[in-house]
Amino acid sequence: MIRIDCPFCGLRDHSEFTYEGDATVQYPALDAPMEDWYEAVFLRENPRGPHREFWRHVGGCGSFLEVVRDTVTHEITEVKLAHPGMAAATGKAAAKTTEKATGGSE
Amino acid sequence: MSSTMRRYNALNVFWNGLTGNKNWDRAWRDPEPKPKYEVIIVGAGGHGLATAYYLAKNHGITRVAVLEKGWLGGGNSGRNTTIVRSNYMMPGNCAFYEHSLKLWENLSHELNYNVMFSQRAHVSLCFSPGQRDAMARRYNTMRLSGIDGEWWALDKLRKNIPYLNYGEDARYPIIGAFVQPRAGTARHDAVNWGYARTADALGVDIIQQCEVTDFIHENGRVVGVNTNRGEIRAEKVGLAVAGSTSTLAPKAGLGRLPIETHKLQAFVSEPLKPLVDHVIVYGVGHGHFYISQSDKGGLVFGGDLDFYNSYAQKGNLPIYSDVAGCAMNIMPMVGRVKILRQWAGIMDMSMDGSPFICKTDVPGLYLNAGWCYGGFKAIPGSGWCFAHTIAHDDPHDINAPLSLDRYRKGRHIDEGGGGPVPKHH
Amino acid sequence: MSGFRLSRGGRIDRAKRLAFEWDGSQHYGYQGDTLASALLANGERILGRSFKYHRPRGVMSAGVEESGALVHLWRGARRIPNAKATQVELIQGLEAFGQNAWPNVRIDVGAVNSLMGRFFGAGFYYKTFMGVLGRQTWEWMFFEKIIRRAAGMGSASKEPDPDHYEIVNDHCDVAVIGSGPAGLAAAETAAQAGLDVVLIEQDFALGGSLLSNVADTVEGDTVEDWQAGRLAGLSSKGGRVWNRTTAFGLYDHGVVGCLERVTDHMVDPHHAIPRERMRILRARRVIMATGALERPIAFGDNDRPGVMLGHAVRTYAERFGVAAGRRIVYAACNDEAYDDAASVAEKGLEVTLLDPREVVPDHLAAMADEAGVRLLKGYVPVEAHGRRGVTGLMIGRHLGGGKARSEREIGCDTIAVSGGWNPAVHLLSHRGVRPVWSDRHLAFLPGDAGREPIHVAGSAAGVPDTEGAALSGRAVAEAALRALGKGGAKSRKAPAACPAGETQPIYEVRVKAPKLKSFVDPQNDVTADDVRLAEREGYVSVEHLKRYTTLGMSTDQGKIGNVIGMALMAEATGKTIPETGTTTFRPPYTPISMGAVAGTERGTHWRPTRRTPMHAAHEKLGGKFVDAGAWKRSWYYPKTGENLTTASMREARIVRDTVGMVDVSTLGKIQVQGPDAAEFLNRVYSNAFAKLPVGKARYGLMLRVDGVVFDDGTTWRLSETEFFMTTTTANAGPVMLHLANLLQTWWPDLRVHISSVSDHWGGVAVAGPKARDVLMDAFEGIDFADQAFPFMGVREGMLKVAGGGTVPARVARLSFSGERAWEVFCPADYCPAMWETLLRKVQAAGGVPYGLEALDILRVEKGHVTARELDGRTTATDCALGGMESKKKSYIGSVLKEREHLTRRDRPTLVGLRPVTEGEQMKAGSILCAQGEVVGDGLGWVSSIADSPVMGERIGLGFVRGGLTQWDGKTILAESPVDGKSVEVKVVSPHFFDPDGGRMHG
Repeated sequence: MIRIDCPFCGLRDHSEFTYEGDATVQYPALDAPMEDWYEAVFLRENPRGPHREFWRHVGGCGSFLEVVRDTVTHEITEVKLAHPGMAAATGKAAAKTTEKATGGSE
Repeated sequence: MSSTMRRYNALNVFWNGLTGNKNWDRAWRDPEPKPKYEVIIVGAGGHGLATAYYLAKNHGITRVAVLEKGWLGGGNSGRNTTIVRSNYMMPGNCAFYEHSLKLWENLSHELNYNVMFSQRAHVSLCFSPGQRDAMARRYNTMRLSGIDGEWWALDKLRKNIPYLNYGEDARYPIIGAFVQPRAGTARHDAVNWGYARTADALGVDIIQQCEVTDFIHENGRVVGVNTNRGEIRAEKVGLAVAGSTSTLAPKAGLGRLPIETHKLQAFVSEPLKPLVDHVIVYGVGHGHFYISQSDKGGLVFGGDLDFYNSYAQKGNLPIYSDVAGCAMNIMPMVGRVKILRQWAGIMDMSMDGSPFICKTDVPGLYLNAGWCYGGFKAIPGSGWCFAHTIAHDDPHDINAPLSLDRYRKGRHIDEGGGGPVPKHH
Repeated sequence: MSGFRLSRGGRIDRAKRLAFEWDGSQHYGYQGDTLASALLANGERILGRSFKYHRPRGVMSAGVEESGALVHLWRGARRIPNAKATQVELIQGLEAFGQNAWPNVRIDVGAVNSLMGRFFGAGFYYKTFMGVLGRQTWEWMFFEKIIRRAAGMGSASKEPDPDHYEIVNDHCDVAVIGSGPAGLAAAETAAQAGLDVVLIEQDFALGGSLLSNVADTVEGDTVEDWQAGRLAGLSSKGGRVWNRTTAFGLYDHGVVGCLERVTDHMVDPHHAIPRERMRILRARRVIMATGALERPIAFGDNDRPGVMLGHAVRTYAERFGVAAGRRIVYAACNDEAYDDAASVAEKGLEVTLLDPREVVPDHLAAMADEAGVRLLKGYVPVEAHGRRGVTGLMIGRHLGGGKARSEREIGCDTIAVSGGWNPAVHLLSHRGVRPVWSDRHLAFLPGDAGREPIHVAGSAAGVPDTEGAALSGRAVAEAALRALGKGGAKSRKAPAACPAGETQPIYEVRVKAPKLKSFVDPQNDVTADDVRLAEREGYVSVEHLKRYTTLGMSTDQGKIGNVIGMALMAEATGKTIPETGTTTFRPPYTPISMGAVAGTERGTHWRPTRRTPMHAAHEKLGGKFVDAGAWKRSWYYPKTGENLTTASMREARIVRDTVGMVDVSTLGKIQVQGPDAAEFLNRVYSNAFAKLPVGKARYGLMLRVDGVVFDDGTTWRLSETEFFMTTTTANAGPVMLHLANLLQTWWPDLRVHISSVSDHWGGVAVAGPKARDVLMDAFEGIDFADQAFPFMGVREGMLKVAGGGTVPARVARLSFSGERAWEVFCPADYCPAMWETLLRKVQAAGGVPYGLEALDILRVEKGHVTARELDGRTTATDCALGGMESKKKSYIGSVLKEREHLTRRDRPTLVGLRPVTEGEQMKAGSILCAQGEVVGDGLGWVSSIADSPVMGERIGLGFVRGGLTQWDGKTILAESPVDGKSVEVKVVSPHFFDPDGGRMHG
């Protein structure tokens, strides 16, 4: 079980979340050239190692979280709210490193 | 077939039995890499080995090296649930998988290695009229393409497979099943070993413990690879590395690909006397499940991806539990059967659920990837087509649709209609 | 000769005698016995048969590594195959049977296989049966049937498992796995420091190795007192003890998968108690005090009943008061076996000990002498004698490295073998941590756990002596404390891994002649020769070896044979063991039942069931339901003698004639609020939304980012800043996710808030020529006159419910059926009242409720699309909705929908289909083909069908390459070979009924 420290809800099982893919993808403007859209929609870095990605806490607060997780060890080194305004409002905008997901507060 | 390979047959087994099994040859050599080959295939999984075999056999190209960072057949082709079928309907898939199935039907004989292809029928359960109709379109397309497929109404299904949960307490009652009788299972290791042995006999160098660290480019062409065992040159290089494609692609000059690596778990039970005689598959209520019984007696089964990018060959409990639940849902008699092993493979999930067997924009570089979790059944067809593509520097008609640029053109081969999200396939 | 019960001793309750059945005959044992100990005590030797050769197998171990005594328990639906007798707790009335044999395990006809053994070497099946004539699989499939029947071990019941299971989610600070000296010390230490501790033990009895070391002392106390003290120290601080619980796997982030056996040891458990329970334990730190497993030595016929692990023989004597035999030979290559041999000899049994060394350390020789053990120095076991059980042992002079010269037979009935000890590193291996070979231990020790929150203590860490293990447990617990920020001032240093004595590197004993059949994996009949054959054939990597020979694939999961197999491969290839590889253990640690892993999710509880707020009303009307995702949707309301077709056709006809009402509560409903809501919807939908007036609804079409149709529905503008969006039933969740993603990650600047209100509102559509009459007086504050409430109008008001009072309602004039129609939504709790109120009015007007099937007929007659058409591959233009898409704005999907292949003119597009011959019924899923070109995917396919009352025939919607432009009025074929149907159909407009929409606007 991957354990994700949701800034709103605390440390929770990944089964409460849905995985929403690569968070480094920058979607272009709605009228951007087709090539930009093609790249954003179809091409992926797919790294073996740390991966910045979205998880949605669908079984909790509903927030999209931006998580840095190692795709080999599954260790999580950063969790923050994806929405910059919400991140700022909760004071958890800054990159946050947990001791290790399992060692965080419960 | 080369005369250097001593053929296997019943007489041989008998004679060697009498003489203490002392006289069996090595199944394949353990060669040192040569400085230069005509073709290098990266990855000695089923796809890579089959490609090497067909390069030698169909195209007479024997100066071939298959480079493997671990041991041959150690990736997904040695850790899957061994289902072989061709029940596809989309242009591009339909002809390709049927071509592969036809190769399977003669494979043991062709390779002189028993790959144990058992055409025990693939049974896809149906639960609602809507699902029936969508699957009817698929099976009708198959039938009109010369592929076998039939509908088993409830009475026939009950007669053939009496132990499924047809009861009132089923959350989703079964209404029937679509069946492909020629489909079935094969012994995964035997497929890898059979191709390895025969390719080796035809002169292919299978070089294990040889990890490709980089690619050598000259004048915009790929002309070889660097490995932990030194530089190896070749006129053409083919990639067949499944879940590791994205880590090698940038080095080869391919950049980002329409692939995400996900992990898929698989399970086997303790050995049991014959219990499940078919391949049984279903998807309903966000559940996905497939099961068959190995010749050793273990129930081999699996379900969904773990649904997040991962290169870890180990699974987590939520899917473990979900898959066991899917089993109990359809076969409530397996509650007391014990799971013996759980493992995971890393899947090269493409954006439409279908693979790539193609040339690339980099001259001299060829790609075989995007197998999602259906690569095993494709091994013969994939090797056959990839070999053709490499030998002719042009795809065969059968694999022409399986190109890397199809998304740019909007020609998705999306069997399930899941859209450009790998975890939906 | 065989085993018997000693007159005293053992941790069994001799006052509690238990009767049980073995293969049809009654036996007795005691409380505290396992099935294996009780069978041994009763003199039973042959308990099973091996996988391939059907050789007799007896008890080999006293624990989870058992590879011989596999039995099946119980009869009928409760039958449990492949139970390890060494793990089965004896209870009154237990029924146990031999398996994989006919007629029984003692006289098994299958044993003829062993005569053919020489032909059945490793991998023989890869070399034959491949078909002599080519392009065929029948030959293999013929032999496969025979092989399958011979293979397998136990047989499973084909009846549903009558028991139930559950999953419990749990948390703790420290999970300690194993209750031996290391585990007990660790658990107490952590608990005393104030941490929440769970101590997990797979056995029913706590104590681990202490159970068979009763004479030892620990930290100055007797074993029993020490154990009681630690448990008291643990429980006084609230520590939990889970016995009969196997920690079967370690998963990401400190999660321990545990399986608790709850009722198997109860004689008549209450039906409400689950048989087993999977506990998902989230631990902040994990301490593995999992002990070590003894390994045997391969020698001739070392699989005979009576050949056992050395420590197991002691365990039976000390823990169960059972002598495995009267004349016991210890064949060992390590110092620890002296203690075991002495302990067994002290029970009054005749014990001989073979030590391969010519010179034995004095203290060991003295120990043997003192206990009355006859010590034979410089000897190794060569071949066990006795086909159905050990009657003697050929011993040989050890020439070094396992090579020997046969010398003489010594009489014995039990051979206790010890080839060394393998730390149980399995759980760490689950985390991808590779074990490391230790030349001192001649075993794999746990590797560095790295950043995993895992510690290893006791013999699992290579600290096998009891005193050291206890100290190791305490030290490791303190390390866990420090990791949790509770570092104590004083903390002990864990003792370094150090073997208890010397072990000789002997894995297999070989003599020049005769040729020995020496088993490495006895359950799967993998012999030392098989390993060498694999090497000769090039299957040299550990994984190839395993797969080619099946070594380690048996139900003991390689616990018995893996290390020996690797050692033999290393020898054959001239490499060291660590050069040969390591073993990767996969979960589960021991096999666990499928039922427990599934938990409560089976039968009707496999998936949740969603019912609309009006579900009970449909039931009252005798309505039938159909599954639509998680929903139960009302399907049709049959009158006596009606079926799906006749009932739905009647309902559809009445809607067209008078009026009908249908429950549409399953539609997804999303509240979209905020100053930028209109702008947001304008970007999300492919048609214009920015200028939708308040009080109006609009049909909206949503595309995926790749330009393919995603979903459709209506969105109602309630105010300048508030919209009420409906989605299709299937896409309620995906659309909500899509919108949330856009707002939180794409356009965080948009001031829009969305909430799913699918469960908050229920709805009914009232449709038909008399719909206005039905609704006219039903509401306060809503005027249903045509001008006052035009098509696509939205109104809010109060529904006057039957029996008095009003409920708030939202009403829009929308039509899916093509009739004059309104959708009425009200808060879910009021829905039954709404249904009741409107039903009375509908019935009074001569109307009926209608279900999903009639709804489908009505929409097909109008050419409206559903998920059958919007299948994730079709574009708006394919579905004849292209005209709706805005050309003036950009929206999600607008760029990629223009890709080359998606705009081709020869794409299959939506058409209507009618039979050419009256009464012919096309099937949905048929392939549409031009006459004479019935091949492949043809021109397209039939997506929907309907038995249409107004058309008087079965009509269909489908997709045809070239669409109406090319095929209007032409005859093509609807081919459904799977149904044996071929129907001539005419291509027509998909708008079968009232194409100009006069009825819904009227």
